[in-house]
Amino acid sequence: MKTIYFDHAATTPVRKEVIDKMYPFFNEFYGNPSSIYDIATISKSAIEDSRKIIASVFNADAGEIFFTSGGTESDNWAIIGTALANEKKGKHIITSSVEHHAVLHTFEYLSRHGFEVTYLPVDENGKVKIDELKKAIRKDTILVSVMYANNEIGTIQPIEEISNICKDRKIIFHSDAVQAVGQIRIDLKKTGIDLLSMSAHKFNGPKGVGALFIRKGTKIDNFLHGGAQENKRRAGTENVPGIVGMAEAISLAYENMEEKNKKIIKLRDKIIDGIKNNIPHVKFNGDPVDRLPNNVNFSFRYIEGESLLLMLNMKGIAASSGSACTSGSLDPSHVLLSIGLSHEVAHGSLRITLGYENKEEEVDYLLQILPGIVQRLRDMSPLYDEFLKGEGDKNVQ
Amino acid sequence: MYSKKVMENFMNPKNVGEIDDASGIGEVGNAKCGDIMKVYLKIEDGIIKDAKFKTFGCGAAIATSSMATQMIIGKTVQEALELTNKAVVEALDGLPPIKLHCSVLAEEAVHAALWDYAKKNNIEIKGLKPPKEDISH
Repeated sequence: MKTIYFDHAATTPVRKEVIDKMYPFFNEFYGNPSSIYDIATISKSAIEDSRKIIASVFNADAGEIFFTSGGTESDNWAIIGTALANEKKGKHIITSSVEHHAVLHTFEYLSRHGFEVTYLPVDENGKVKIDELKKAIRKDTILVSVMYANNEIGTIQPIEEISNICKDRKIIFHSDAVQAVGQIRIDLKKTGIDLLSMSAHKFNGPKGVGALFIRKGTKIDNFLHGGAQENKRRAGTENVPGIVGMAEAISLAYENMEEKNKKIIKLRDKIIDGIKNNIPHVKFNGDPVDRLPNNVNFSFRYIEGESLLLMLNMKGIAASSGSACTSGSLDPSHVLLSIGLSHEVAHGSLRITLGYENKEEEVDYLLQILPGIVQRLRDMSPLYDEFLKGEGDKNVQ
Repeated sequence: MYSKKVMENFMNPKNVGEIDDASGIGEVGNAKCGDIMKVYLKIEDGIIKDAKFKTFGCGAAIATSSMATQMIIGKTVQEALELTNKAVVEALDGLPPIKLHCSVLAEEAVHAALWDYAKKNNIEIKGLKPPKEDISH
């Protein structure tokens, strides 16, 4: 059975054009970019060309792009590097309650090392409340980190407003843009983000490579120490094939983006309408307007998400859930709890994230089988029984 | 992640449903943790004639409910009481470590139903403990 892949927020297939570009850097131009012979200088210039390509996508300078091993390293570097470089100014740092664990756990780490953290609440659509941010900022606040777009519910944050607030108060602003890069345009000359994290495998590039944009003049310590790579800012022999692949993937992602997004948004909205119109007792999660083009997130009441994923998998569909059972922990997704869902409703969530290769037939197939699967699980559920017998919605918000 | 046996019992679970004139009903777990199991038993002359379940939960929770009910049908009350979560896991050809609590839940659900039966009929089942109000795992 052919897999219908609806989990592009988790990772994406590497495009053939990307693999072709990467290939020679494995066994032909394999030289260490720090060496001086020809095969090494070729890999060195490939890195610099890639840097220029990536910088141009964001209207940034090539000297502001630093290659890393991916989104997690970029987030760790941005947050820990800024905190340590600016701790004499203050030890208060701010983030949101719906960040990816790469950000949240890094803030928790810093809170165990003398920094004071404020976690901003979000509204029912997952947006950071601007008033809360203004209230949270203190004289000793040195860093604000708010994601560009949420990985689970697809909500795009009011980044412009947040960056203006930070700029006015001379606070460094980091944004984890791992889910946004490759899906929406970001102009770093217009938007005052100081640090921006990205990861290649989220936009049809290879795994294990990413970048951190560091605005010129931003005070930040190094994170990985060693050799003089990346203008002495990030040590370690460069992942040349990965970097070349990332540049090719980003070029392809931003080519005719508006046109491609129109197609993806059409599919996304078809799924959203199809679920709303054909399945009762569902809750749509995330912002209906400020939303990533590829993200669908619903909670199906009275059923549990992992069961739903297993049944979809048996039908050849790969998707994701915020249920505890899929996260390996006891609690369901912190994002779904932060937007006010009860534990039970959060357990029954389904995330579908589209990619450029998805077709309308695949969406139609999903919409054809999903109502039956949900009903099958509800027929097994004691909570659904209670609901039918009118014992009420006591567990459901 | 799951064995073939688990997937079979999840995709085609046996004994899903309710028993209208059940001799004993047990419900364990909570929605907060993401699993609730409700087991219905029909007991005649100390023998479990029928067992049904309704489960809200993950694949392992549904599969263990299916397996546990299959394993106690036809058994005496005492034998059903002695059904351990370990035996259910073995019958399913194993469960991933983070899913073992589902098998504990199945054992607890059977015990809770037996407790309800004993209480209703004013009898004592040797070795049966009252069910916990809320199982957190």
